[in-house]
Amino acid sequence: MTDATGQLTTADGKPLKAALAASLATRRRRAFLLVAPLFLFILVSFIVPIGQMLYQSFYNDTFSATAPNLVQWFDEHPAGSEIDESAYAALAADLALMKQEKTAGAAGTRINYDVSGSRSMFTSTARKADKFEPPFKEAILAEEKKWDDPIIWRAMRSASSPFTFDFYLAALDLTRDDSGSIVPVAEGQAIYKTLFWRTLSMSIEITALCLLLGFPIAHLLAVLPMRKAMLLMILVLLPFWTSLLVRTTSWMVLLQSQGVLNDLMVWMGLIGDDGRIQMMYNQTGTIVAMTHILLPFTVLPLYSVMKTIPPSYVRAARSLGATSWTAFRRVYLPQTLPGIGAGGLLVFILAMGYYITPALVGGADGQMISNMIAFHMQKSLNWSLAAALAAMLLAIVLIFFWIYDRLVGIDKMKLG
Amino acid sequence: MALPTYASPLEKAWHYSYLVICGLIFLFLIAPIVIVIPLSFNAEPYFTFTEKMLTLDPEGYSMRWYDSLLTFGMQNPESERGASFWSDFWGNATWMQVTKNSIIIGFFATILSTALGTIAALGLTRPEMPYRKQITAVLISPMIVPIIISATGMFFFYSWMKLPMPSFEGGFHIEWTRLAGSYLGIILAHAALGIPFVIITVTATLSGFDQSLVRAAASLGANPRTAFFKVVMPLIMPGVVSGALFAFVTSFDEVVAVLFIADHTQQTIPRQMWNGIREQISPAILAVATILVLISILLLTTVELLRRRSERLRGVSPQ
Amino acid sequence: MKKAMMLTTALIATGFAASAQELNVVSWGGAYTVSQVEAYHKPFTEMTGIKVNSIDADNPATPLKAQVEAGNVSIDLADIELSDAIRLCDEGLLEEIDPAMLPAAPDGTPAADDFVPGAIQDCAVANIVWATVVAYDASKFPDNPPSTLADFFDTEKFPGKRGLLKAAKRSLEMALVADGVPGSEVYEVLGTEEGVARALAKLDTIKDSVVWWEAGAQPPQLLADGEVVMTTGYNGRIFNAMIAENKPFNIIWDGAYMDYDLWAIPKGAPHLEDAKKFLAFSTDTQRLADQAKYISYGPARKSSSALVGLYQDGKTEMAPHMPTNPDNLINPIWTDPTFWADHDVELSEKFNAWLAN
Repeated sequence: MTDATGQLTTADGKPLKAALAASLATRRRRAFLLVAPLFLFILVSFIVPIGQMLYQSFYNDTFSATAPNLVQWFDEHPAGSEIDESAYAALAADLALMKQEKTAGAAGTRINYDVSGSRSMFTSTARKADKFEPPFKEAILAEEKKWDDPIIWRAMRSASSPFTFDFYLAALDLTRDDSGSIVPVAEGQAIYKTLFWRTLSMSIEITALCLLLGFPIAHLLAVLPMRKAMLLMILVLLPFWTSLLVRTTSWMVLLQSQGVLNDLMVWMGLIGDDGRIQMMYNQTGTIVAMTHILLPFTVLPLYSVMKTIPPSYVRAARSLGATSWTAFRRVYLPQTLPGIGAGGLLVFILAMGYYITPALVGGADGQMISNMIAFHMQKSLNWSLAAALAAMLLAIVLIFFWIYDRLVGIDKMKLG
Repeated sequence: MALPTYASPLEKAWHYSYLVICGLIFLFLIAPIVIVIPLSFNAEPYFTFTEKMLTLDPEGYSMRWYDSLLTFGMQNPESERGASFWSDFWGNATWMQVTKNSIIIGFFATILSTALGTIAALGLTRPEMPYRKQITAVLISPMIVPIIISATGMFFFYSWMKLPMPSFEGGFHIEWTRLAGSYLGIILAHAALGIPFVIITVTATLSGFDQSLVRAAASLGANPRTAFFKVVMPLIMPGVVSGALFAFVTSFDEVVAVLFIADHTQQTIPRQMWNGIREQISPAILAVATILVLISILLLTTVELLRRRSERLRGVSPQ
Repeated sequence: MKKAMMLTTALIATGFAASAQELNVVSWGGAYTVSQVEAYHKPFTEMTGIKVNSIDADNPATPLKAQVEAGNVSIDLADIELSDAIRLCDEGLLEEIDPAMLPAAPDGTPAADDFVPGAIQDCAVANIVWATVVAYDASKFPDNPPSTLADFFDTEKFPGKRGLLKAAKRSLEMALVADGVPGSEVYEVLGTEEGVARALAKLDTIKDSVVWWEAGAQPPQLLADGEVVMTTGYNGRIFNAMIAENKPFNIIWDGAYMDYDLWAIPKGAPHLEDAKKFLAFSTDTQRLADQAKYISYGPARKSSSALVGLYQDGKTEMAPHMPTNPDNLINPIWTDPTFWADHDVELSEKFNAWLAN
């Protein structure tokens, strides 16, 4: 149907283009409405909580909320001003307030994050805060002479604003020196960089092991007849469906020094009864257990890729004179690359964020960055530092998630 | 995988060693899971095979650790196994309480994530869905974000957020209750963690779904509602059920969120295991592990049967 | 609709369950918690009808602090160490406790005089005196057993793995004593940079042989499993393994680290009045003496000591196993609570950095 101008129209005379556009818009809206409830749910129950937590990595008002007089003094006097009597008067007023409100410990803990050893200055001086009389500078210094250290004043100035990057500095093993410029922390005090590197290297090792072990069995599953392959597949899927804690427990039973593996080796005469090998509470135990736990995540994508490779390609290569090694390397292996990428990246992403297994079998040198986040969350209660570490870990994981999406596509993710 | 007749001796040798290597890898996969089963029947409090166990002497085996699971936490574990014993067990035994919690939390988290996830998957697989990739990335993220980050985020947010819930303290009324330390809090957290699995399985089922069936139903006079319930639902049901099973297992196995959000009233099976493993891996833990392994075998079988049914329904024959 | 009904029913049911009178008490788990359940919780429930929920933590002070700071308090009462009691009180996280609410001794001595010195703090009241000691598996050293704290650090003479608490507190002090510092002078040395370096250097000598533990129930388990041959641990837990479970363990009392455990109530406790009632009840003379029937920790009241008799097995004399027994006070390290209240953060940082490198 066409109208006078030659435009296509629908039966009731509307231009077809507009009608189609309207119908598409309706369908788009409908599709979106179906997704909307879940999207909102994830937003509220998951994304917002993480956002709120990460906010703490650069927002910490423990000091600024407990020391109003100092905050005001720092506002009125730019950096580099002389720390004069008026500054000490503000300090004395705030210490008195802290004593009254019982906040000296909290305020001191905040400054202590930047200047190790300063917490006790706050608590001990605050105990005497009622007795201070002008001139405050002498009174306070008589009580604790470390108060004239410019580093303390620099740290308090920095903490007087609730917005800070101090925790990211700490998370990168950086600190500020006397002049305020950013320098690495003292040798032997660095923790987090080491830990990030260890997390990365352990994840790489685990990924490599998973690919190395996953490749042969995925290949076997792909070339075996369906019935046999299905039976063997159960052996891959069962660990996948078994509780993480059960598998970790099993490894503890196997690896401990009075455990099954050591017993077996003693019985076979490989080692003496007093030469039992320490396989748990160290990196070895963590890597072995995590490889076992994550192996199915490489086998499944590898298998589904290998399944689609026609065996005739390798046969053709062979008949053209390639040795079996060449045929494998030049013809078969390149076709499995999508599976290697998918499985490897997924395992790497999951390994980076592991917590349970290293916590249980890791000992001291098998700990990963997640365990340090948990430590600052639950033990030291330095939540801002935990949030800064979490933000960095999250950034790394999301970069690899993005790469995964580019290479594999998130809609290609499969389970079982 | 038969070897061609023209294979050289070297190739034959490689072929057989390849099979041996594969066998060892399968052993590596399955042995740690199987090993806990016999050890849970150990008559001694050790995690290794005693001489009596190896010689299959019945005295080397016992049910004592299963028995200790039963009575642990009870008020009168020694009493006669009559009605009062079992009511004590039902009301006080620690493993009974954590099992109840695991089931309640798992059940509601599954319902929530499956319902929301299935509806969303229907939208996501429509060709006209705007921003599909970005939205999918957000919905899959609970699986990718390290659990410690999710759990700490939820800890702060759920400690702060309050929802109105019914209470009976001092007469029935609605009380603003914190999410942290409440069943609802854990259920919401677990539902969020289970959603990626539902999305992945249901969209996989839907991607093989033939949209012309809906049009056929419509042309035969079915309204969209009828078409959905009579045509779409039966076909994607296997995918939905295995998505639900995945979601349930995620909740059933989850410990970190429980560690951060729950208080003592919402302890679950993995949380209790975590306690046990850190402090004392007595063979009682292995008894729990054995029961869990049996449950996972059951779940795996169900999912496999469903998958085959789904493939048959969709006309995709396994190659 | 059906689902909505079920959800509502479940939520109502849980809301209902929570409405009974109850008290949430956090302690250290294992044999220690068992002793408290027997001596305090059960009689308290019998007397008042209030149900006591016993919750375990590696160190109850940390969940307490986390809950108060996150504004989500479910704990009513926590069993914490002296330095934490002072520190958390400084930070305003604990309810203050009026000593007048504590019951007097049977002979009429007021509580303030009956408790051992330092046991009544502004925000907490001690119930026990306990020690962190070195324990070893006697079957591994049949000929010449170790006898001093220095032997713990001597892996040549006494080969085998060591268990050590993964924390700065205790580890640093014990390292210094093993290095020759008298127990009474430890905190003077530890207050200096060199002192900390010296302690860490001593720990360095066994770093490769250490299996780190975190929960009090772990050390006896590590010993029993043969994962370690010697470990630090809480004396009551070791006692429990030795006497109740007949393990061949022995305790080295040299350089024992002495501390109190105190009851404290967090700010914002949901059942404040009941918590106070429980605190007064569980620190009376008879209750403290009863507790010593189940584990070898010394009661914090002088009047309780006379009532301490036999272990629950009816034959083991408790006195020789108490950390306060004069025979056991060999070069003890009495904790300096203000030192740790002030330095915990920085020394923990140094300790963690040492651990990671």
